[in-house]
Amino acid sequence: MAFAAFATAEAQPQAPKKKSRIALFLLLPGIAYLVLFFLAPLISLVLTSLQAPREFGDIGQFDYAFNWQNYVTVIQQYLPHIARSFGYALAATVLALLFSYPLAYFIGVKARRWPLLQSLMLVLVIAPFFISFLLRTLAWKQILSDESIIISSLKALSLMAPDAHFTGTPFAVIFGLTYNFIPFMTLPLYTTLERLDTRYLEAGSDLYANPFTVFRKITVPLSMPGIVAGTLLTFIPAAGDYVNASRDFLGGPDTQMMGNVIEANFLVLLNYPAAAALSIILMAAILVLVGIYVKRSGTEDLL
Amino acid sequence: MSGEVQAGAVLGGLAEQEQREGARIPIQKPRRRRIGLGDWLLPAYTIIAFVFLLIPIVYTFVFSFNDSIKSNISWRGFTFDKWLNVCRVEGGAVCEAFGNSVVIGLTATVIATTLGTMIAIALVRYRFRARSAISLLLFLPMATPEVVLGAGLAAQFLAVGVPKDMTTIILAHTMFCISFVVVTVKARVASLDPALEEAGRDLYASPAQVFWRVTFPLLTPGILAAALLSFALSFDDFIITNFNSGSTSTFPKYVYISASRGIPAEANVIASAVFLFALVLVIGAQVSRAARAKRLAKLG
Repeated sequence: MAFAAFATAEAQPQAPKKKSRIALFLLLPGIAYLVLFFLAPLISLVLTSLQAPREFGDIGQFDYAFNWQNYVTVIQQYLPHIARSFGYALAATVLALLFSYPLAYFIGVKARRWPLLQSLMLVLVIAPFFISFLLRTLAWKQILSDESIIISSLKALSLMAPDAHFTGTPFAVIFGLTYNFIPFMTLPLYTTLERLDTRYLEAGSDLYANPFTVFRKITVPLSMPGIVAGTLLTFIPAAGDYVNASRDFLGGPDTQMMGNVIEANFLVLLNYPAAAALSIILMAAILVLVGIYVKRSGTEDLL
Repeated sequence: MSGEVQAGAVLGGLAEQEQREGARIPIQKPRRRRIGLGDWLLPAYTIIAFVFLLIPIVYTFVFSFNDSIKSNISWRGFTFDKWLNVCRVEGGAVCEAFGNSVVIGLTATVIATTLGTMIAIALVRYRFRARSAISLLLFLPMATPEVVLGAGLAAQFLAVGVPKDMTTIILAHTMFCISFVVVTVKARVASLDPALEEAGRDLYASPAQVFWRVTFPLLTPGILAAALLSFALSFDDFIITNFNSGSTSTFPKYVYISASRGIPAEANVIASAVFLFALVLVIGAQVSRAARAKRLAKLG
């Protein structure tokens, strides 16, 4: 071991130039790809968002300009959609966390004694990934449609008004978002809880802390990295999603989110600047929210 | 003398044990009750949670056997017909979409896995400037909503005047897969013992030989995992595809477009078949990993 360290230390001054050339060779293709197909499109999106309609042009014809009023227009026009995107995503994130925490705790802590059961349960957690996201959502639409057993029996028991619907409501959209992103929440929670040292929990109860205090003061702080990762992995795609809120899936005319209007403006109305401006707003808002959240959860972790 | 001491020690020990047991009772009581609660409540919850997670999968699978005529909403009876004649419906539109998805997934996976593995090796093994900028560039695609990625690429293709077809879908999928490959392979590179490569060099292997005979085989599990993840991400992607596909159909896009008029049961057949295939693959990987761990334990 010491010999190996000595050998590398001696070899290093010989070939720094060659090494950096190898690093460049390894990095260049992938980084160039990301610059070309990730960074450049973002810049293109900003430029598009400032375009103005071409004079005497057709629908979908725009020229580069500095038409920042596009942003004012889309915010005025689509404020409810913006609010819905973040509201629904927040609700789905909280629900997914509440759903996933006990599940991840059981798999990661209680099931440690049975590794085979543990890996089987992990396969079950990711099983929804193996079946088309859209078909899963459509399956829920049919399971929870007005004619379905669940909804009609709820109505028969007078737990739901006879003329009420579930699909097409905000609840259905939040339900769909929650369901679809649960694995993204459960997996990071599992990875931190799996490493949780249970001796800390024993120490807590030896010091006469009740189970709730042990959970609040020991388990939650120790699983904070998983909570932060899981909430981010759920919130970001949920805020940009437009499948669940789409009318053909779980949504209705009053549940459209930002993703739906970006899609409509880009692919149907051919109003590219509006779609681009909305995309930039979505991304900027998410970056700001995530920045604040990571910072706050970081300081809470230290306290 | 020594007998007395021994007896005293034994008695003392017994007394101590008795004392401990006596003292333990009031502490253990609430603890036992807590464990008792967790013993059935948490497993029961876990079972309910898994049932909930699996409901739509079972539904999709069951309805692949539905003897439906056009749309697959109400149950009309059991048939194997849809499984046996998947490609017959709508002039094979479902199968064409599925085939496109496989071609796109494989191509994007090969490119993304190659580029991502190279980056992962460079990130772990070499020190260079602009390291934090590169890390940010790799992290951002994962933190950007898909709608923004899709609209951005579509805006660029529009600005440059590139017509949207299968190539643009592959370019888009490769882009979002690279970051996931880097994350997956990086962990594997970091856990690699540099002494093994050192040994290869000491035995007069050329750098290429060291890479292909030592490094690459050791990285294979990580690279395979990254490739599987890439393929799964690409195969199931709808949002980015929708913005960059033009008239090219993929399986998720086919489902999205037919959702308004009703999905044929054949789509359920394809989704169920893919599900079963992936399940067998994952369980097989788990079992072989467990077997290898057992073998290694026996050797050690």
